[in-house]
Formats: sequence, structure tokens, C-alpha cells
Amino acid sequence: MYAFEYQRPKSVADAVAALAKSGGKALAGGQSLVGAMKLRLANPGTIVDLSGIAELRGIKKEGDAIVIGALTTHAEVASSSVVKQSIPALAAVAEGIGDRQVRNRGTLGGSIANNDPAADYPAAVLALGATVHTNKRKIIADDFFKGMYETALAADEIITAVSFPVPKKAAYMKFPQPASRFALVGVFVAQTGGGTRVAVTGAAPHVHRASTIEAALSKSFTADAAKAVKIPADHLNNDIHGSAAYRAHLVSVMASRAVAAAG
Amino acid sequence: MGNSELNTVGQSVRRKEDYRFLTGCGQYTDDVNPPHHTHAYFLRSPHAHANIRRIDTAKAKAAPGVVAVYTGADLTGVNGLPCGWLITGTDGQPMKEPPHPVLAQGKVRYVGDGFAMVIAETPAQAKDAAELIDVDYDAVPAVVNPVEALKAGAPQIHDGAPGNKCYTWALGDKAAVDAAFAKAAHVTQLDIVNNRLIPNAIEPRAAVASYSRADDGYTLYVTSQNPHVERLLMTAFVLGLPETKVRVIAPDVGGGFGSKIYLYPEETAMVWASKRVNRPIKWTAERSESFLADAHGRDHVTHAELALDPDGKFLAMRVHTTAAMGAYLSTFASCIPTILYATLLAGQYTTPAIYCEVTAAFTNTAPVDAYRGAGRPEATYVVERLVHAAASEMGIAQDEIRRRNFIREFPYQTPVALLYDTGGYDACLDEAMRIADVQGFAARKAEAAKRGKLRGLGYAAYIEACGLAPSNIAGTLGARAGLYEVGQVRVNPTGGVTVFTGSHSHGQGHETTFSQVVASRLGIPIENVEIVHGDTGRIPFGMGTYGSRSLAVGGTAIIKALDKVVAKGKKIAAHLLEAAEADIEFKDGKFTVAGTDRSKAFGEVALAAYVPHNYPLDKLEPGLDETAFYDPTNFTFPAGTHICEVEIDPDTGKVAIVNFSACDDFGNIINPMIVEGQVHGGVVQGIGQALLEQCVYDQESGQLLTGSYMDYALPRADDVPSFKVTTKVTPCTHNPLGAKGCGEAGAIGAPAALMNAVHDALSAAGVTYLDMPATPHRVWSALQAAKH
Repeated sequence: MYAFEYQRPKSVADAVAALAKSGGKALAGGQSLVGAMKLRLANPGTIVDLSGIAELRGIKKEGDAIVIGALTTHAEVASSSVVKQSIPALAAVAEGIGDRQVRNRGTLGGSIANNDPAADYPAAVLALGATVHTNKRKIIADDFFKGMYETALAADEIITAVSFPVPKKAAYMKFPQPASRFALVGVFVAQTGGGTRVAVTGAAPHVHRASTIEAALSKSFTADAAKAVKIPADHLNNDIHGSAAYRAHLVSVMASRAVAAAG
Repeated sequence: MGNSELNTVGQSVRRKEDYRFLTGCGQYTDDVNPPHHTHAYFLRSPHAHANIRRIDTAKAKAAPGVVAVYTGADLTGVNGLPCGWLITGTDGQPMKEPPHPVLAQGKVRYVGDGFAMVIAETPAQAKDAAELIDVDYDAVPAVVNPVEALKAGAPQIHDGAPGNKCYTWALGDKAAVDAAFAKAAHVTQLDIVNNRLIPNAIEPRAAVASYSRADDGYTLYVTSQNPHVERLLMTAFVLGLPETKVRVIAPDVGGGFGSKIYLYPEETAMVWASKRVNRPIKWTAERSESFLADAHGRDHVTHAELALDPDGKFLAMRVHTTAAMGAYLSTFASCIPTILYATLLAGQYTTPAIYCEVTAAFTNTAPVDAYRGAGRPEATYVVERLVHAAASEMGIAQDEIRRRNFIREFPYQTPVALLYDTGGYDACLDEAMRIADVQGFAARKAEAAKRGKLRGLGYAAYIEACGLAPSNIAGTLGARAGLYEVGQVRVNPTGGVTVFTGSHSHGQGHETTFSQVVASRLGIPIENVEIVHGDTGRIPFGMGTYGSRSLAVGGTAIIKALDKVVAKGKKIAAHLLEAAEADIEFKDGKFTVAGTDRSKAFGEVALAAYVPHNYPLDKLEPGLDETAFYDPTNFTFPAGTHICEVEIDPDTGKVAIVNFSACDDFGNIINPMIVEGQVHGGVVQGIGQALLEQCVYDQESGQLLTGSYMDYALPRADDVPSFKVTTKVTPCTHNPLGAKGCGEAGAIGAPAALMNAVHDALSAAGVTYLDMPATPHRVWSALQAAKH
């Protein structure tokens, strides 16, 4: 790890100011950033640690949505009675991330701001049609995820919370890459007020919606309908853990299993 | 009553060493912090193959906290690292042994090849300074696959090894084998890749080297399985130091699996440098370095054939293997795919003629050497995959084809040099089939099919040669070292016993097992026995731990020393009891005049030996401290049957192990709990090889693609089932313990059992061949290919 400056502001405004002034990186749970720093792959110069900002934590129900503070850990989401009651699939996503240590440190905001191509939360945010709240604005999920490790966030913009509308039904199915246990392919299926939404992680350079499966499920919300959809392999990831064709196949299989689990 | 309750042999005594391990009180190399120590960092090649035109260390030397920077050019008078086993080729020529420099000079030959050492006040300063070393590389094409490396036009890795060939070696009667194949009713053929593995001990390699001007001596703490061998190779072959001036201590070591047998460049460079900087130097590998620069395992490409008569009797076996050596010859690299591989190809069977030819190739990868099982898993995999395939092709049941070929008369001379002393192969097969509920398999398979799943059952009837081994035989086969073991039993005046063993424990539980042996023999409480290992300053010259040899060889050396202690004790007791020595019996901790109740306790005799007021000083030396060196007359031959049941999800290709049963014959067992733990650990490593683990280098660039746990899949607890493990016993005939060894069996039997189960499951879907590891992607791809 290279030497770095460390700041721990107490408010979002101070954090934004610190980021703007230093050009450094915001630190949430640190489960990706600190690893990259230890390997000397990241050299942020200044770390702005958000953990002192109380307003970024917490889970509450607001109308028909669950609002989760950006610094809420995976373990907190997984064990929240509010989340488990309203969107059990979201609690299940959190419960399935990494290992116990990661879940106790890693945060919702950190995960979606990082937008790892194989992370689980982006699939949930996208499929549930969630809204990302920042210090500047509200960004709908369809506009938030832009590319591999790329989001709509500006350099001095901090996620404050994510608002998840409660779906009619939802489930997430992940087929883990055998070594990292990140999603080789993960599919989140949701029946929302805005229709059936299906988001895929792990398969492509970034999270995306599977429109052909959404169309099939809109006609018939059944496992067989999802499985019958042939996903083209073009543009999907191809590496030592799985070919693009395998990933394409798994998208249909995991979608069908998610539909079955959603009931 | 007597002390028969002190006889704990055969009991699952809890491990003495676990208190310190579980409470964080273990003392590992990284826990050693001499005053004023410095830290080393090794700069490693980012290229698989490159000429180094120039190295400029000026900026690094001027960096904050830097004590010294050394490159290969600085190591004048330092030789390369030696290989401990000379293989003589079929052409009568010795193997090619190109130099293995401590720090690479002029050329780097794999990603991770170290060529500069920075010594600084802190690890971070050393690493920061290393980034300031300016290196002008001329990258050249690399070759990472051993078959490709031997082809004409392949990049040349060493000037002294034309065509990248280290040797071609053969064992067996080729003419007899060819004749048998010519008249065979059936021939089974397989092309097999035995996947390259990365060892992954939980404790990375580490070293702390110190020099003292007071005695011109060196002390090296190092993660080693055999500190005496390490010292011998380092002093006599590389650094030219007297052995007396170097003390090597291998304290608590967190796993080795073979990877800590070898003399590595890092600690060698550190010992050399410790005198130059006149301060202690510490280095602990980062996990990334472990992936790059620990010796890897396996990496064979094999064509294997089995000839059978119409009844499924094996007539002959013919095997051609290409084995990767990596960029340099590691300490025992050359003997793994030869002496420890081809000699095991008879397996448990009466195959009358076997011929094996092995070509070893240099590749632009980390060196390859022994890894748990070391040659024997590769041999078992060849034999048991052939047997499975032959049975399938000929329509013979898997157990039946094995029974038709089992060796049943012992001793048995195989056609590949080994003499099996004893065994009971039917008993292990029968028991494994019983606990695996083979009878109920058809019903389970049908039930799985209803759920759309593919079930399969696979057998591996393995054998291994352990207890390495008679020095004279090893010598004729090319060993450049002895293979005996030493045990010293020091009885203290108060009756407690300190045992010094040349074996080394890095997870095997020797402190408990050896204590049980000693306490039971002397009739004293197990708490009164202390086992000392891993220190050349305290222990006579021993050979260390590998090849499942510690109890069979090291334990026997202790037994021999105990015999001497008891013999001398009888003399002392005879004097104290005023009886004839011939009338003294030793039992349950007491020396007794036969047929009387007159006796002296072991402790009383010990005290008399050290306080010899009433003592036959004219005939007997005082003291009670005996040493024995034991050189076995043969290998030991643990064997058994593993049966694996898998269920495959054809939608994803995922293989689930639903059942794993093992019946092993390790000879007599001292501590069943420790043996069971060894089997569990070995089986999990075998499952790792078969299902998950694979070291992958990019074929073009030679970059290690599986350089972290993000891409190299180790088995986790939920990848494996609850094992059914049991044993049968045929005692080893040539050591007094009757012990054979158990450390590697799991890793030897499991891969073949698992892959045979996978093939059994997939055969109905038309899949005929799959290499390890049977990852979901690979299984699914094979199923798709079989559809078309």
C-alpha cells in the first residue's frame, strides 16, 4: 500500500468538500478499494472515510419503498426485519455477498458506486427499479449504471441512500464463479409496478437488463418461459471460468430459477 | 496396578500441540523478531521470458530506509541451487542441469523469477525502493506448456538444455509390453492431462536470517519441512560455508504439502546478505508471491494404454508422459515424475508387463516439484482412469474388473521395481463398497434422474510407496542424499523424556503421535514426553518430513533409541536390584526381577543414571541418553479403495459430491483421530484437484492467470461432503511399529475416484472424456459437445 492522506468528515457536505479539494477517493466499507490499495493497484493520494457520517446509515420504510442509507452494511440489510418483510429477495442478495467479514464491512453505497461487473447489488438495484439518492440529485437505476466500474456519479458526488420500491414478487439467483464466488452469472427477477424487470450481473462487462426475458415473462411469468429464451453470446464475458456461450446459457437458467423462487 | 492405562497406542489422544495453535501461541517464522532486524523485498520478473539488458539500482539505493540493494552480479562466489536427484536418461546421459541462480542474471525465465533483493528498515520502504530499480527488459517469446516446449522451434529457455529437454527416462520391459499389446483382446487408450496445482499452505514461506560476528555464525529461521537438508544444500553446494557455522531452525510451520521441502533462492540470498549488512533480515512472502514463486505440483501430459485379455485380465500397460519441470530444476523435481511415478503404475494389480517413458521439459513457469502425493497421485490417476475406462468399454463391473486383477500373494515383485511387502486389497474394496452403499446406488441414480440429475459412482483402488526409503536403493536410483531418519531419546534425571526427531511436524501432529509411542513404550504419562523437532542446533542430522515417512521411518528411529534406553536401564536396574541383567524385565514402566515383586520404577533408574552414587561405574557410563539412526529395508505400501458418488446438474454442469467413502490400509495406527484428519485433509486436496484447482498460465504471454484466490479455486467446506472413512490393517512387515503412513493417501485416491464418478455420470449423456478439474463450465461444455 502506498502512503495516503486520511480524512474522516462528519457530514456529507464536508465529505464532498474534502473530495473536491483533494481529488481523492471516498472510502465506504473498503472491501474493494482497500484490497486494490494493498496490491498497489490503487493509489488514491487522499482517502475520505465516510464512516463518521451518521446520516448515511439506516433502513426505513417510506410509503411503498424501502430506503437504505448508503453506508448500511450487507449484514445490516440481510438481518433487517423491515427488508426481510417487504423485499425478502433484497435481504437474500445481501446475505449472499462475499463472506461474513465482507458482509460486516461492505456497504450498499460502496458496492453500487464501485459497479463491479460481477457484484450482486447492482442487479437488485436495476431489477427493482430503485432510485439512487446523492448529495446532488436522484438518479433512477436505469440511468445510474454506465459501464464497467462506471456510474453516473460525478467525482464530487456521494450516494446518500437508495430507495427500493416494494415489488410484487422478486428473487435473485446467482451461479458463483468457483474461485472468487462472485457471480459468474446472477439474475434478479422482479415484478414491479413498472412491469417485469430482469437484471443480469456477471455475464457482461456491466450489469444490464435482459429485455428478451422481460418480454417473455411479461407474457407468462413462469420458469419455463424464462428458460426458453435463448440469450445471444455476443458481447458477453469470456474468460477461464466460463465462455460467453456458457454465460449466455446460464442467464436463462438462473432467470428460470429466480422465477421459480419468486413463486 | 501397572501402568497399562498409560499405553495410549491406538487411542484418539487429543493433540498436545493444539493448545498453543488454537490460542495463538504458536511460534512461526514471522513471529521471530530479532533486535534491529531489516526487511527484504525481492524484485521479480513481470515477464515470462526476457533478457535483462541493464539494471540500474542507484535510485533504489538512495531511497529512504534502504540498507542495501543486491543483484545477481553482487553474488560473487555463490553457486546455483542444486537438484538433489540425478536422473540418467535412456541415452545413458545425465539429465540437463542448467544453472539455477539465487538471483537471476542476464535473463529471467518465468513471471516471478527473482533478480534483485532490496533490504530496508521496513517492508514498505523495501517495496517502495524496489519500484525505483530501473530495468531494461528485452522480452522474448515464452512457452508454458511442456508438450509445446519440446517441439521444434519452441523458445529456448536454457543454453545448456537444447530443445528444452531435461531428460527422457524409461522404466520397464518395452519388448515384453509391445508383445503383450500385439496379442491383446482389448486395448484401452487415454490421453490425460494432470493439471498443474499451486500448493497454498496457509502460512506463506518466510525466513529470518542473522549473522553473528561473535562466532562468525549464521542463524536461519525458515519455513522448512527439513532443516538439515536445507542447511546441507545451502552451505555445501551454494554458499560454501561450513555446516557448523549455520544453524537452521524451522519452528512452527503452517502447512507444507511438499512446497517447503526445497531450498529456495530467497532464504539463501538472505543468509548471504546477513553478513554483508551485519543485521538480521526478515522476509515473509505476500500471498501473491506464493502463487508466483512457490514450487508448483503435477503438470503432466500423458498417453496411456492398457492391454487386456477377453476376461478383463490386464496383460500390459504402456505409458508415455511429458512432465513440466518449470524454468529451473527445483530440489527434487527430477525424481517426482520418474522414481515416484512410474514405479507405482502396477497399482494393486498383477499387470505382468509395464513400460513407462517420461520426458521432462523446461517451461517458462514456476518450478514444479513434489506436492502432496508427488508422482503417486499422477500414477494412480493413470491406472485407475484406465481401469475405469476398460471396464466401461468391456462391460465389466467396476469392482469385478479390479477383483480379477488384484495382487493377493505377498511379498509381490512388480514389473516396475517395487516389492510390495503386504496388503489386503479385497478387504478394503469390500468395506468401501459396504459403507458407500453401492447396492443402493441404482435406486439413487433412478431417483436423481427423475429430478433431471445425472448420478455417477467412481472407484479408485490406489497404492502408494511411502516411508522414503532405503538409502542404498535410493542411491542407485540417483538420490544425492540418504533417506534414513534419526531419533534421540534423552531421559532427564527426574524421569521426563525429551525426544529429538529428524522428522518435522507442520500440521501432522507428531508431538502427539510420537509422545504416544514413547510414553507407551516407557510406561510413563504422555505429559512427561517432550518432542523436539526442526532445529539443526539441537537435533542430530535428520532428513525431515515428506512422502508420508515420519512415523514409519522417524517413529522407528525413536523406537530403536528407546530399545537402547531400555537395554541400558536393565543394566542399571540389575545393579540396583542386585540381580543378573538377563533376569530383568521391563514392563509398564518398571524394571522387575523376573518372577519376583522386586522392581525399580523407570524414574528411579533414570535418577540413578544421573546421580550415580550406587552405580556400576566400572562397567557402565552414567547418563541415559540414546540415539538411533534407522534406514528402512523397503518402502511401505499403504493402499485402499475410495468410492465417490456425484450428482451433476446438466443445466449448469455443476458436480456435487453426495458421498465420499474411503477404506484405507495404513498398517498399524497410533492415533485414529489424527489419521482420520489426515485422510480428510488429503481427500479435500484431491477433490480440489479434481473439481476446482488449476494453475493457468497464458499460452502466449506466460502470465499467471490464476495468481490469486479470485481465480484459483481452493476447496471450501461447502464444496465437500461429510466423509465416510474407515481402515483395515495389514501391518507393515519391516518396521517394528507395523506402520505404513497416511499423509498423502487422500490426495492420491480422491482425484481418480471423483473423476471416475464424473465419467460414470456423464457416460449416459455421451460424454467420453473430461480432464481435471471438472468445473461446471467444462462439464457443461462437454455435455453440449456430446449433443452435436
